[in-house]
Amino acid sequence: MAKIIVVTSGKGGVGKTTTAASFAVGLAQRGHKTVAVDFDVGLRNLDLIMGCERRVVYDFVNVINGEANLNQALIKDKRVENLYVLPASQTRDKEALTKEGVAKTLEELSKTFDFIVCDSPAGIEHGALMAMYYADEALIVTNPEVSSVRDSDRILGILASKSRRAEEVEEPVREHLIITRYAPERVSEGEMLGMDDIIEILGVPLLGVIPESQAVLNSSNAGTPVILTEDSDAGQAYTDLVARFLGDEREHRFLTAEKKGFMRRWFGG
Amino acid sequence: MGFLDYFRNARRKQKATGSAQQAKERLQIIVAREGGRRQTPDFIPSMKRELLEVVRKYVTVEQDQVNVKVEREGDYEVLELNITLPDEDERAT
Repeated sequence: MAKIIVVTSGKGGVGKTTTAASFAVGLAQRGHKTVAVDFDVGLRNLDLIMGCERRVVYDFVNVINGEANLNQALIKDKRVENLYVLPASQTRDKEALTKEGVAKTLEELSKTFDFIVCDSPAGIEHGALMAMYYADEALIVTNPEVSSVRDSDRILGILASKSRRAEEVEEPVREHLIITRYAPERVSEGEMLGMDDIIEILGVPLLGVIPESQAVLNSSNAGTPVILTEDSDAGQAYTDLVARFLGDEREHRFLTAEKKGFMRRWFGG
Repeated sequence: MGFLDYFRNARRKQKATGSAQQAKERLQIIVAREGGRRQTPDFIPSMKRELLEVVRKYVTVEQDQVNVKVEREGDYEVLELNITLPDEDERAT
């Protein structure tokens, strides 16, 4: 049985797709057969971040409608073993994802995969609800910014009441907090919410902090998930995060402002 | 420790009431109001299991003949337990 993990946030532009792509790559690198599924019907982007946009032939909606089978729609990653992408449809509307269709597809994927990573669209509309509904675990992606934190709180409420696990009164969806675009120097200046504050407000255990990093934009430009840029801070932070998810002990890094030089130490700045 | 740190500390004290602190305080108020999810009882999954065990003591029912649902409406929370009991003649055998 595969473990179904939803990457969600409520707010758009906080790093869901970046996280979903790197997380899926990280799991595959560790030898787990993983598929990343794009639930953002109409505005697909996971294929672009994963760098396989030109290899999309069939998509998730084709599979649900029986126009293609899973093997035709799944795209095998060329860089990492054990990694596949199921792209979303670009042309249909969100309602194309029916509860039964999603259930059937996830069930079939469960037979051959260890992990199914569901990249949720922003918002709390149908597509987002479908991405969350069957989840066993949830990665809550949050920026240190008021609207993002509030939206994450809203999403946590939905996970606790509208997911399959909530409706069928099973063990609740296991939640993990991921803070992205973290700028330690601004936190130490008192200009940005610190990780401890966010953890306290949301009440969700922290899985990882991804520092604000130029590597993220560079990677998405190139279609290479940032975790593959091994010398970057964000890439290493994602590698740590995946290791923690799999049960390893890893200290949190990139949390303190860089040491100031002599001049700045003396004269401030 | 540079001697200018004395002045910087003075500045830092001012910052303790900076915008991040404001953000935290504002969030704490709205999240507490909108939330309420943390009051969701976590004993329900185990209660469901135990209820099933009790039912099974008296009648033989399959997993799929039992349906448990929790519904939330405003402040109410309704636990709905639906058990399809076997037919009379089935029960006799």
